[in-house]
Amino acid sequence: MSTGVTLSSGLNVQPHPVDEVGIKERVARLATRSIKKSSKVEGLKLALSMVDLTTLEGADTPGRVRQLCAKAMHLHSGRNDLPMVAAVCVYPTMVRVAREALKGTPIKVAAVATAFPSGMNPLSVKLEDTRYAVSEGAHEIDMVISRGDFLRGEYPRVADEIAEVKKACGEAHLKVILETGELGTLDRVRLASDIAMEAGADFIKTSTGKIQPAATPEVVLVMLQAIADFYRKTGKRIGMKPAGGIANAKAALNLLVMVREVLGPDWLNPDLFRIGASKLPNDILMQLEKERTGVYQGGDYFSND
Amino acid sequence: MIKTSTTVGSDWGYAPAPESADHFKLKDHYGLFIGGKFAPAVSGKRFKTINPANEKVIAEVADGGEKDVDRAVKAARTAYDKVWRKMSGRERGKYLYRIARIIQERARELAVVESMDGGKPIRESRDVDIPLAAAHFFYHAGWADKLGYAFPGKSVAPVGVAGQIIPWNFPLLMVAWKVAPALACGNTVVLKPAETTPLTALLFAEICQEAGLPEGVFNLVTGAGSTGAALVNHPGLDKVAFTGSTEVGKAIQKSLAGRGTRLTLELGGKAAHIIFEDATIDQAVEGIINGIYFNQGHVCCAGSRLLVQESVEQEVVAKLKARMETLIVGDPLDKNTDIGAINSKAQCDRIRDYLKIGEEEGAELFQTQCSVPEKGYWIRPSFFTKVAQSHRIVQEEIFGPVLAIQSFRTLNEALEKANNTPYGLSGGVWTDKGAKIFKVTRGIRAGVIWANTFNKFDPTSPFGGYKESGYGREGGRHGLRPYVELS
Amino acid sequence: MSRNGTSGNNGRLDVRKTYKMLIGGAFVRSESGRALDVMAPGGKWLGHVCRASRKDFRNAVVVARKAASGWAGATAYLKGQILYRAAEMLEGRASGFREVLQSIGLSPAAAKAEVAQAIDLLVYYAGWSDKYLQVFGAVNPVATPHFNFSVTEPMGVVAYVAGEKRPLLDLVAGIAPIVVGGNAVITLSTGRAAVAAMELGEVLETSDFPPGVINLLCGLREELVGQMASHMDVNALVIQGGEVKEHGAVRESCALNLKRFFLRDQSGKEDEDPYRILDTVEIKTTWHPVGG
Repeated sequence: MSTGVTLSSGLNVQPHPVDEVGIKERVARLATRSIKKSSKVEGLKLALSMVDLTTLEGADTPGRVRQLCAKAMHLHSGRNDLPMVAAVCVYPTMVRVAREALKGTPIKVAAVATAFPSGMNPLSVKLEDTRYAVSEGAHEIDMVISRGDFLRGEYPRVADEIAEVKKACGEAHLKVILETGELGTLDRVRLASDIAMEAGADFIKTSTGKIQPAATPEVVLVMLQAIADFYRKTGKRIGMKPAGGIANAKAALNLLVMVREVLGPDWLNPDLFRIGASKLPNDILMQLEKERTGVYQGGDYFSND
Repeated sequence: MIKTSTTVGSDWGYAPAPESADHFKLKDHYGLFIGGKFAPAVSGKRFKTINPANEKVIAEVADGGEKDVDRAVKAARTAYDKVWRKMSGRERGKYLYRIARIIQERARELAVVESMDGGKPIRESRDVDIPLAAAHFFYHAGWADKLGYAFPGKSVAPVGVAGQIIPWNFPLLMVAWKVAPALACGNTVVLKPAETTPLTALLFAEICQEAGLPEGVFNLVTGAGSTGAALVNHPGLDKVAFTGSTEVGKAIQKSLAGRGTRLTLELGGKAAHIIFEDATIDQAVEGIINGIYFNQGHVCCAGSRLLVQESVEQEVVAKLKARMETLIVGDPLDKNTDIGAINSKAQCDRIRDYLKIGEEEGAELFQTQCSVPEKGYWIRPSFFTKVAQSHRIVQEEIFGPVLAIQSFRTLNEALEKANNTPYGLSGGVWTDKGAKIFKVTRGIRAGVIWANTFNKFDPTSPFGGYKESGYGREGGRHGLRPYVELS
Repeated sequence: MSRNGTSGNNGRLDVRKTYKMLIGGAFVRSESGRALDVMAPGGKWLGHVCRASRKDFRNAVVVARKAASGWAGATAYLKGQILYRAAEMLEGRASGFREVLQSIGLSPAAAKAEVAQAIDLLVYYAGWSDKYLQVFGAVNPVATPHFNFSVTEPMGVVAYVAGEKRPLLDLVAGIAPIVVGGNAVITLSTGRAAVAAMELGEVLETSDFPPGVINLLCGLREELVGQMASHMDVNALVIQGGEVKEHGAVRESCALNLKRFFLRDQSGKEDEDPYRILDTVEIKTTWHPVGG
């Protein structure tokens, strides 16, 4: 049996093998959960409250970001029972604009940092990137791990980077993006999750959303199981954020089912579970309207921001 | 620490999600199916079949007696001599393809009726039982004109008339396992379904009519134990196939001892489910769930004895408990139900007896806390720890959602415990090390071994036991053997 | 082809079909724009079919290659279901096919027989999908402590040149064993048989075959067989008709990439034969230790 990964902090991470076929079967079975009526409405609203409304384009401007923030604060007219989303997620140079636009609301501002999405810059640059975003007002930092280092087996280095970024975050919460689509196997997803949590992540996040595959249900399940084991080992509750490719309400409800059955009801709140998405809120709103009126909806009736 | 920021969330649960049962209509009563027609029993007697989830009567079915069995065997013989043995394999196969297709077309209706009659969750009947039943007919349809390739060097002929008796745990699937190979090989059939689950077999008889199957090729006699005995003992049979308890299997072998009737038996089991320290633990825990709690533990090949390597025993048991608490026990027609009703009061009482016996023997019982409905027959998922190899709950088949947990230290010890039973139907092993998989699968004396999975079934995969779990195989190329005469 | 000018109902003109080739799940004309006349045996003009070019064949190989790995990974159950569906679709269009075959010269009795045989042949091979591995695979009792097993694996992309004697059946008899083995196939039909082939495309396209698994070309043997034989991304070539001697140049070209070559006769005696499946699959043997 292998002896595990020893991080420079002295912590030891044991490899935890994962059977892909078994994971796929569990995912398929969880997806058969039928969420109807009141639990569907509650679930959809819960999912909305967990959204990190995201814009991460090279073409982003203050105007675009202000529009996004407006949507975040007011998802839909004609209903007063809708929650606000949990956060908006933007590039560091847009943080100040977002903070300004969201003043007076509980909506957080998350910034991607550490040379997002590739992470291919020296640590000094990544730390500077982080500090800048925090000083601009980011409540949360979404960092990327160095996948190249990870795939070469340089695990202590990957872990130490995370620990350094966590220090640079100061009061801000740290989400660690594993970029699962580049890791190749579920065994590696598990290992990366464990390393990230040991190194100080407040949240582990699946993807940058810039490549496919992003947050597949298989990868989500593995990460949730990692969080469950970490909680059993340390008593610490780490949060989880799937991001990318979660386009419709059904997918969102499937995620909630997985969280509920793997981690338990304690994790079903925005402090411990977020969904990184841009198109998702409108699909959820359409489903909520359908539940309210009994009639299937169309896209013309929901604002595209 | 972490506080919730919305009032919604922590108590999010699943609302009832009932499967609709209003798109078809069952009859009030059903007759026997003999010679292509439905007719009452000669005696006119009937019995009720109930829904074990709410104890309500669903329908009445005919109680077949000796005269009815005799009529059925004669109809099967006539159909065999005049029609079926003369038909080309290609044309026989086409009937089976039609049957497979109609099962697919009526899938939802069959699934709902299966759950109502037997107690299993609709998710299982919809996603497992019915699709597998159709797949068995598709698979065997294709063999009908290819039997020479299944038995190279031999001339292949059918055996004749087969009498088949099936249990209540997978009613329609057991029909498929028995009838498909028999018909594909050119035999005709008289089938007796279990007393508590006759309905999907009766719908299957309707499907045979819809498929235009020649009259008398498939015959159905509903009834209880005495009907089964009458069938087994009928001198007009060339072959008997029985799935059920070891006790009854032995009685059948005894009563057929003086005759030349071919016999295959698929009986009970007490399978060892072995988990090594280098297993993928989370998936192994799911495997335990699949092994003993799926289908309420009413599975002959259930992994009812957990043998866990001591170094990971605590972790496995802790994760197992947590996973068991998420299992939903309830109305079989609710799409979220994981564990349905126990098939009958008699079986429920039997399981409760074993739970008492276990505690009396000194074992420690764990049961989940889930709610169960007021009416109907229910057992919460359970396991025993602090058990000894000699305990009755470790030796005897309980046939319910009850697991016995033991630990081991070495591979040889695990194999020894696994084989220390008169049964030999199945076994399971979890380890991430390839060589070890094959060493263990080679070492377990059982007919079906699952490595890093459990309770997987496929029409191409032969199924059957060693020792007192029976003999003969069903499914795959090997499953054809009992239904052919080779020369 | 029912190609008469009027159908006799109030002088109503039929809408004539344009025959296109099935490539990558789409019905296309030859990129060369060329066409061939189809004549009935009596000399009457029946219509046009495409005259496939080497580029058409090249394009077909590209889509076949793309489709090959997905089809190879499909379960045996699914492949069997799809082939059975093709039989259902063909049965549903049996009367149309009888007409087509008669129009190109078969007697009513021969047309009826051929359509029935083609349907039954699809059912036959559908039924082999989840069985041939049980007949052709093996677990081998090696003398060392290893678990050793042999399985079949599709070759990949196979080209098939159909005969003309049985316009529909020759094509079905060639395609079925090739695809049930998990390969993608590109076929060439010639002469009058091309008409039946193009009609078959419509049946296959409605049978849930993934696009690119079966590609049907029509044209001239002399223009295309050489291309099929020399293409470096084709794994096997099956030709129906002719003698071994006749195919010398073709077989030399096959040697360029060690293409597997098979000759089928035209008698139809061996239509139902699982060894045809074995022809276009590889055998892979794997070893694994058995021990602690």
